[in-house]
Amino acid sequence: MAKQSNEPVLWALFSAGGVMAAFVIPVHLFLLGLAFPLGWIPAPSYEHLLALVRLPITRLYLFVLCFLALFHWAHRFRYTLYDGLQIKHLNELIFVCCYGGAIFGTVLAGYLLWNFR
Amino acid sequence: MSDERPPTRYTEYHPRWYRPRVSTWWWLARWPYLKFILREISSVFVAWFVVVLLLQIRALSRGPEAYAAFERWLQNPLIVLLNLITLFFVVFHATTWFNLAPSAMAIRFGGKRVPDLLIVGTNYAAWAAISLVVAWFLVRS
Repeated sequence: MAKQSNEPVLWALFSAGGVMAAFVIPVHLFLLGLAFPLGWIPAPSYEHLLALVRLPITRLYLFVLCFLALFHWAHRFRYTLYDGLQIKHLNELIFVCCYGGAIFGTVLAGYLLWNFR
Repeated sequence: MSDERPPTRYTEYHPRWYRPRVSTWWWLARWPYLKFILREISSVFVAWFVVVLLLQIRALSRGPEAYAAFERWLQNPLIVLLNLITLFFVVFHATTWFNLAPSAMAIRFGGKRVPDLLIVGTNYAAWAAISLVVAWFLVRS
């Protein structure tokens, strides 16, 4: 009997997250983590960012970005632990920690963005 | 002759499989293995970026003082160093991801397979365009 597997769904999330991460994270990180703090490019003002994040479309974008990127991490990191460190005996624990972490982060992102004023 | 062959004996148990134990550090043995693991590790830095982004959103929602504190935190040399390493890994993720795109999805057009180079080139062009759009929204003087 073939067991119903949720692996295809998890893989699809990993894949979608991989595309999302590849296209937008490098520029976000370069600006937020290096160019703005080091003063290479003038940082956007608090008011500008506030106005930007108040737009529902921005919040939807940020939510999808967090959600997909976290599930991308969960899937890939799970297999890194399986293959890289060969800790298959902790299968269930790793599964719960990875996807649990991704769900926690997604809920947190949803909470922060939904209540953003 | 065949009558004299000893009868085959069956046992209920499987014979032991020959499975040599692979070292935990197998991925250090060759460069392609190491590259594979580094690519997998890039996911940790993707997650770190989400953490920074969520901290930024939280600071934004808490007011100008909280946001100024967040900006100071980003200037901490250790955080800058971590973000520099993160940038390396996310760019590594992006390039390896785009380079694999033709293998992941073979596109056919007019009965012919679209050349790999064209698919990869399109991905890089889209990457540049998307980066410019994101930068346009964030960079204001």
